[in-house]
Amino acid sequence: MTGRIRRGSLDVVLEPGETALEGLLRGGAEVPSSCRAGACQACMLRAVSGDPGSVAQQGLSPALREQGWFLPCMSRPTGELVIEEGPPPAIGAAIVDVAEIGRAIVRVRLEPDEELSYRPGQYVQLIQGEHVRAYSLASSPADGRTLELHVRVHSLGRMSRWLAAAAPGARVGLRGPAGSCFYTEGRPDQPLLLVGTGAGLAPLRAIVRDARRRGHTGPIALVHGACDPTGFYLVDELKSMADETGNFRYVRCAMSGEPSDGVEIGDLTAVTLRLFPCLKGWRIFLCGSPDRVNALKKQCFLRGAGLKDISADAFLTARMPPPPLRRGPAPPGG
Amino acid sequence: MTSLYDELGGAVAIDAAVDIFYRKVMADELLAPFFDDVDMERQAAKQKAFLTMVTGGPAHYTGRDMRRAHAHLVAEGIDDTHFDAVVGHLAGTLKELGVSDDKIARVGALAESVRNDVLGRTPAV
Repeated sequence: MTGRIRRGSLDVVLEPGETALEGLLRGGAEVPSSCRAGACQACMLRAVSGDPGSVAQQGLSPALREQGWFLPCMSRPTGELVIEEGPPPAIGAAIVDVAEIGRAIVRVRLEPDEELSYRPGQYVQLIQGEHVRAYSLASSPADGRTLELHVRVHSLGRMSRWLAAAAPGARVGLRGPAGSCFYTEGRPDQPLLLVGTGAGLAPLRAIVRDARRRGHTGPIALVHGACDPTGFYLVDELKSMADETGNFRYVRCAMSGEPSDGVEIGDLTAVTLRLFPCLKGWRIFLCGSPDRVNALKKQCFLRGAGLKDISADAFLTARMPPPPLRRGPAPPGG
Repeated sequence: MTSLYDELGGAVAIDAAVDIFYRKVMADELLAPFFDDVDMERQAAKQKAFLTMVTGGPAHYTGRDMRRAHAHLVAEGIDDTHFDAVVGHLAGTLKELGVSDDKIARVGALAESVRNDVLGRTPAV
């Protein structure tokens, strides 16, 4: 069968031997490209249906492959391939309840109008009036339809203060999911290290629970960083998870304060590397403030973790995620 | 002659080499400052393109591409010592992957062919 590419209003039937990239360009699509040999990844796009072919996904991380990202310069589809164009449409959701679960951190539970298909650890955009912010999901579809977010309440934050004060039943718009910081199956015995600051705990908690639900057998270590010991939350829940198997290690790290059982004092990166000096073969998840996440990412890589084994979500702004490698990393906000 | 790229095992082998090579470059104090603020995935993709090129694989880069891509680094002062250091890490990476010395020398010659472009110099005639 002949390959056919659809993207928005564009509909191109491929000529024999033509790649998806060549077809898109011939059809008038604007797709940046450079090497056209599957190396530079400048042309990466996301397929929402159809098979781009395994060669077109060579070298991409499992999380990107799972979401349909591929390199059109290497793709010669034999059937119809539908490529994502623009952000997905928003759906409506209602606030179920809002509860304070930590210092300046509220848990917001949301009931979406239609069931959301997502991977624990991904994030969604909340839309309220003219404001849009990204929040990571602390929940799992296995828990039911209700979504759980951990929201840091900023003193000037328009969305976070609105959420903290929202009554049950209040309506918001919801777009997503997005992000590639989630557990992927295939290596159940691989050691996992998850490090996050503040409300970056939300996706990490979701990822740990997802990994266990999917039968992960390797050791799992979670390091939560805060300015001082009053910044930790969900402590009892995480401690109780540590009790269950002995295969789960939960460490709190505060920049200042008194050390106590399970609480390390010091720089998050330094403490993490002291506790986990060799990360060769490990899978790493990093969530939180950009400076922390970027420093940790570099150090984990230098300590032996493969770049494709490091998933990082820096909590930055509220834009929809741009395609990776084209305009910078996807930035959810805490 | 088959390219070293194919002998090594093509794109799969290059993927394995990228992490080793990039880690060596980032751990090098001479080179690390130039990589401080870069997006790591984006940089790794460039390293892959570079490794593909110097092993004779299908990377369609021209001297002009190399010149343009490194112009900002030339402005920041990269010179032969930096280029030599990168080529050294390239050889070290291939050695670690069990590539023979004569093949490493072939890669070195290919890397050498872009030295003047990377450093923004007029090639000697």
